Amino acid sequence: MKCQKCERPATFHITELTGGKPEELHLCEECAREYLTQSDSPDTGAANLAGALAQQLAVGQTAQELARLDQQACPVCGITFFEFRNKGRLGCPHDYVCFQKELEPLLANIHGETTHVGKRPKQNAAADTDQLTQLVRLRREMKEAIAAEDYEQASKLRDEIKQIKDAG
Amino acid sequence: MSDKKLELDYLAHTSGEWLRGAGPQADIVMSSRIRLARNLADFPFISRASEPDRTEIEKTLHDAILQSELAGRLGYLDVSRLEGLDRQFLVERQLISREHADSQGARGVALDEEERVSLMINEEDHLRIQCMHSGLDLERAWDEINHIDDVLAERIAFAFNPRLGFLTACPTNVGTGMRVSVMLHLPALVITRQIEKVFRSLQKINLAVRGLYGEGSQAMGDFYQISNQITLGRSEPDLIKQVGDVVPVIIDYERKARDVLIKEGQQNLHDRVSRAYGILRNAQTISSEETMHLLSSVRMGVNLGLIQDIEIPMINQLFIHTQPAHLQKLRGVELDTADRNIERARYLRRHLNREDGNDASKN
Ligand SMILES: [Zn+2]
Ligand SMILES: [Zn+2]
Repeated sequence: MKCQKCERPATFHITELTGGKPEELHLCEECAREYLTQSDSPDTGAANLAGALAQQLAVGQTAQELARLDQQACPVCGITFFEFRNKGRLGCPHDYVCFQKELEPLLANIHGETTHVGKRPKQNAAADTDQLTQLVRLRREMKEAIAAEDYEQASKLRDEIKQIKDAG
Repeated sequence: MSDKKLELDYLAHTSGEWLRGAGPQADIVMSSRIRLARNLADFPFISRASEPDRTEIEKTLHDAILQSELAGRLGYLDVSRLEGLDRQFLVERQLISREHADSQGARGVALDEEERVSLMINEEDHLRIQCMHSGLDLERAWDEINHIDDVLAERIAFAFNPRLGFLTACPTNVGTGMRVSVMLHLPALVITRQIEKVFRSLQKINLAVRGLYGEGSQAMGDFYQISNQITLGRSEPDLIKQVGDVVPVIIDYERKARDVLIKEGQQNLHDRVSRAYGILRNAQTISSEETMHLLSSVRMGVNLGLIQDIEIPMINQLFIHTQPAHLQKLRGVELDTADRNIERARYLRRHLNREDGNDASKN
């Protein structure tokens, strides 16, 4: 049997299971190594799954709706929904809050559930750390204010940062 | 925690606790592993983190480990400053992921001497805690990792949402952030071509199957890793139970397949195992793939009593020590593929021929 990717004989027979149904791959040693190193991490399959499902979110939406959705950006880290759909990776913890509506069907699809029932950080059973995540935005805005020599704004932001840090 | 560079050259001559071949069902279960994904609440995830962010994340986590009770038992490696060969060595050893080895920028790993615990900093998530044990021993791995998580949570606010749990860079890990994996050696299911059936039934209950060092490839020594895919909406003990409950069923299949192989052709099986052993003891040049394939037969042969002059920990170690980076670290020089194949054959001859002894601790 010949390698599916080149002319050499296939010595590797790989069963890929991360998609829907098992898929047979027949590869030579070199192509197999390349393939396996690409998909080596135990989570890559799952990440691809997230990517694939995120792509599917597009299905059933008009081009206009999708364009509007894709342009939505997280105010904290700046990632757009389009970027997430492409990479399958989120930009910051706040994305789970600001893209909540869009992520819900995706989470239901991946996990079959949408609510955490496991371990909670001991310190504070109701710990919601979204406040702390706002520090990412405030630090960014403070840097911008300093660059623009708007020191009044910068000092206001500094106080805000201090407040959140002291509370957390 | 001593920050002095862990002696990788020394590590190359040893093997981790998880290769000991001890623990429940260790003839078929190589290791049990649990991993938790965690992120700092006040930083962007890795994909949006700037280089200064990454440096600060690393420092924050490194400091938290240093100041905690974990410091005494962990050593720290700055992965960004390691040579490519050393990084590959850690991947072969399962102490860091390939993604962690190959990525860029500030990153590190804290390890204990027995190689049971590894804390990867700046992998896909800010922190990936991993605990690995020999044999089927998920409860111990959970107790250990749960404790480490608690200790760090006293010093660090991990990104957490009351409704969604621990927040991760990829939505496939959100909730518990937990991946429970058991590595099984299933040569008889491969020989009798039943492995596909097992795969399919596992998939139906949302468990993933992958090979050692890769995806379900036969050539990788017939080692298969079974893990949960779902991380949200179930408690950690439930997730552990799901994997823990299915493993004995697969072990049972494997044992039945071995029985069938013996009943239907003890001679054939004995011949197959002995030939594999013969090649490994005599080859002058041998590839990594052929080595893993043959070692798999020998490993089964030892477990079935068909080979008696070698022990499982030794074979477990050979699977890892004949990997490319290990061979080069052991030899102390960089080798190309052809030279590696010669060195691998030499290494195998030295360890499998009785005149040189069979002590896994010697090299
Ligand atoms: Zn090829
Ligand atoms: Zn964001």
